[in-house]
Amino acid sequence: MAMDQTIYRELKATPGVWQLGVLLIAFIAAAGGAVLYMEHHGHAVTGMNNQIVWGLPHVFAIFLIVAASGALNIASIASVFGKAAYKPMARFSSLLAIALLAGGLAIVVLDLGRPDRLIIAMTTYNFSSIFAWNVLLYTGFMGIVAIYLVVQMFRRIDYRIVRSAGLVAFLWRLALTTGTGSIFGWVVARPGYDAAIMAPMFIAMSFSFGLAVFILVTLVLFRLNDRPVGEELLKRLGRLLGIFAAAVLYFVAVQHLTNLYAAEHIAVERFLLLDGGVYTLLFWGVQVILGGLVPIALVFLNPSRSSTILASVLVVIGGFAQVYVIVVAGQAYPLEIFPGYEVLEGFHEGVVSPYTPSIWELMLGLGGVALALFAAGLGAKVLRVLPTNLSDANVAAKG
Amino acid sequence: MTNRAEMTRRDILKSGAAVATVTLAEGVTLMAFGGSAAEAAGADAGKRWGLLIDASKCATDCNDCVTACKVENGWGSEAENAHIDPEQAAQWIRKVTLKDKETGRVTSAPVMCQHCEEPPCVDVCPTGASMQRPDGIVLVDKHICIGCRYCMMACPYKARSFVHEPLTDQKANSPRGQGTVESCNLCAPRIDTGRIPACVDACEKAGHSAILFGDLKDPDSPISKALKTYPSVALRDDLGLNPGVRYTNL
Amino acid sequence: MRLVFAFLAAMGIAGVAAAEGPRPIVPAATGEPHPEGNEYWRKHHMELMRHDRDLTLREGVRDIEASLGQCFDCHAVQDETGAQLTAADEGHFCRVCHDYAAVQVDCFTCHRSTPDGDKLYRTMATPADHNSIAAYLARLSEEETE
Repeated sequence: MAMDQTIYRELKATPGVWQLGVLLIAFIAAAGGAVLYMEHHGHAVTGMNNQIVWGLPHVFAIFLIVAASGALNIASIASVFGKAAYKPMARFSSLLAIALLAGGLAIVVLDLGRPDRLIIAMTTYNFSSIFAWNVLLYTGFMGIVAIYLVVQMFRRIDYRIVRSAGLVAFLWRLALTTGTGSIFGWVVARPGYDAAIMAPMFIAMSFSFGLAVFILVTLVLFRLNDRPVGEELLKRLGRLLGIFAAAVLYFVAVQHLTNLYAAEHIAVERFLLLDGGVYTLLFWGVQVILGGLVPIALVFLNPSRSSTILASVLVVIGGFAQVYVIVVAGQAYPLEIFPGYEVLEGFHEGVVSPYTPSIWELMLGLGGVALALFAAGLGAKVLRVLPTNLSDANVAAKG
Repeated sequence: MTNRAEMTRRDILKSGAAVATVTLAEGVTLMAFGGSAAEAAGADAGKRWGLLIDASKCATDCNDCVTACKVENGWGSEAENAHIDPEQAAQWIRKVTLKDKETGRVTSAPVMCQHCEEPPCVDVCPTGASMQRPDGIVLVDKHICIGCRYCMMACPYKARSFVHEPLTDQKANSPRGQGTVESCNLCAPRIDTGRIPACVDACEKAGHSAILFGDLKDPDSPISKALKTYPSVALRDDLGLNPGVRYTNL
Repeated sequence: MRLVFAFLAAMGIAGVAAAEGPRPIVPAATGEPHPEGNEYWRKHHMELMRHDRDLTLREGVRDIEASLGQCFDCHAVQDETGAQLTAADEGHFCRVCHDYAAVQVDCFTCHRSTPDGDKLYRTMATPADHNSIAAYLARLSEEETE
């Protein structure tokens, strides 16, 4: 097969690779320090409280988990949908998926009130909890994608095996993102969450965020080792990213239009879209315009290498904003426990809950990102997952 | 005292009347023994404990139920709240004062865990720490709570608190600790030993008797009769959770 | 592989040394001795406590034998001034052996580590108690008849 001619080589340890590695380790160490500090003093030192129970760490974690399943897209397109041009990148796509998920899960676990009881979460399941199902989906994803990566790396293997493994991994990642979206979609008590569309919207988000992260990480690693990436390939990836970003906007539009139609949800929509302060700004300014419309315009109106890179950066930034709005604004918006009444006295009834993330939460979140990137880089350093050449001539010869 | 070292499974089974077999989860069976049958009965699946709160009897300026809960369960001391944000402080029970938007009528009532028949906090808990006893009381098993706070997300009543700081000197009857979630347990230790919850006790002593306590499954209990006679509401009734705490004259 | 063997050997020697070294001095207890004997409790206390804790918490059975509160009836340690030692002190009953065996005790993040004066919920309320359910229901039915 033509595929076999792609040459995969480990990342060479250039000074740039070392410097980046040390930088990432510094971030990971800082996160470790933040975790010890939060463990010692309790969550009192964070900005999280009894109203905003999930904060900045969870925004980072959910972004990484969503991006993880999306990072597998390239491999899925290659093995499940048979697009030969994507095959040289399939191995690294699988590796990155595992690394991003590991980074995201590390944040979730380290933010638990009792991270020392992780073993309980792994052994005691309440099967009516979507959260428990997610634990199984995450661990299963790691295993399945690891097997998929291994079969891709076998020199002589029946390609049908690769395709089957790829199909299982693809179906599993759909289930995984459905599960992640349902963590919010199934919370009936909160008007900002309770929506079946969360599951497909999270799948669209994963396509978009995951591809953006894949493009950026791959380009950085290629740059570090002076390996060529073709302009046409990048334009192609850019167009794909544009389509995914548009799909996200579509689901966002449907979600809000549906809510606007129901009188009972007008208030929460007003909060998100009109007078929610920072959340409204993040929604329109960062999520929709900067992270949606601008990158779509870039890749379709001015397709180029730099447009794809800029669009990827913007999609990542917009993605963080979107997850922040979903996770935090959904909790900040007050629960209406006494409809028809004005609460004169009570415990923050009917008012928007304030949330100011602490430096410790930011350190933990960034540490998770660093861990994911470090794991991906380390994988590329020790495994033959990165092709030596992604120039257009080389890719076209195989495509 | 029973010598448990010499007690084999067969002995336990043979010991007869005072043996209660309970199934915790699939495949995990526990044997209860000892004491008189009445004392060892524990939570009775034939009962469902509930509260009926009469807002017309609840005094706006009275906070005795909250104070009694704090004393009983040892939460919310000044020392405990000194170093944390008010939003991070424990809140097992709170008083709310409401004004009807249409009529301007002002009422007040306590809000605590509503002890739902279909508790969302129990559904969402990944480990099964958030649980419902056979007698309908909803509480957290802090031995297996990992502190993920998903139950707090799912609760429509803001009834749960997360312990944001290390604690010492807890009450023996009310263990609570850093990194776990807690909420009103309807004073389960008191109920199990035949006593009424602390808030009910305090409200009666304050001369209001605004909180009626009793067995919702017993049609002849005062609470069941009152519910049958007077109109009452459940908070967020639209969610269909069938809370064990009901309100009247709100 | 040789390293692994060296490590295992070192562990073995350390284990033997520990077994022969000074044993922890267990603080004296008050009250009746356990009918099962101390060795049994040293080995099985966690199983018994875990069994009874689940029974109490999940099934509401309060008439149990292995509760922390009951442990401290006999196994509380005081300092020179007579103050109770908490689990923060290495002289605390549980810590003496647990420190020696390097096994962390997870109980005292939530449970108090000293006796509580309050022994209210060891026995059933009697109808004579004002806060008993029986007395409460009696008061309610009195009100009703009035």
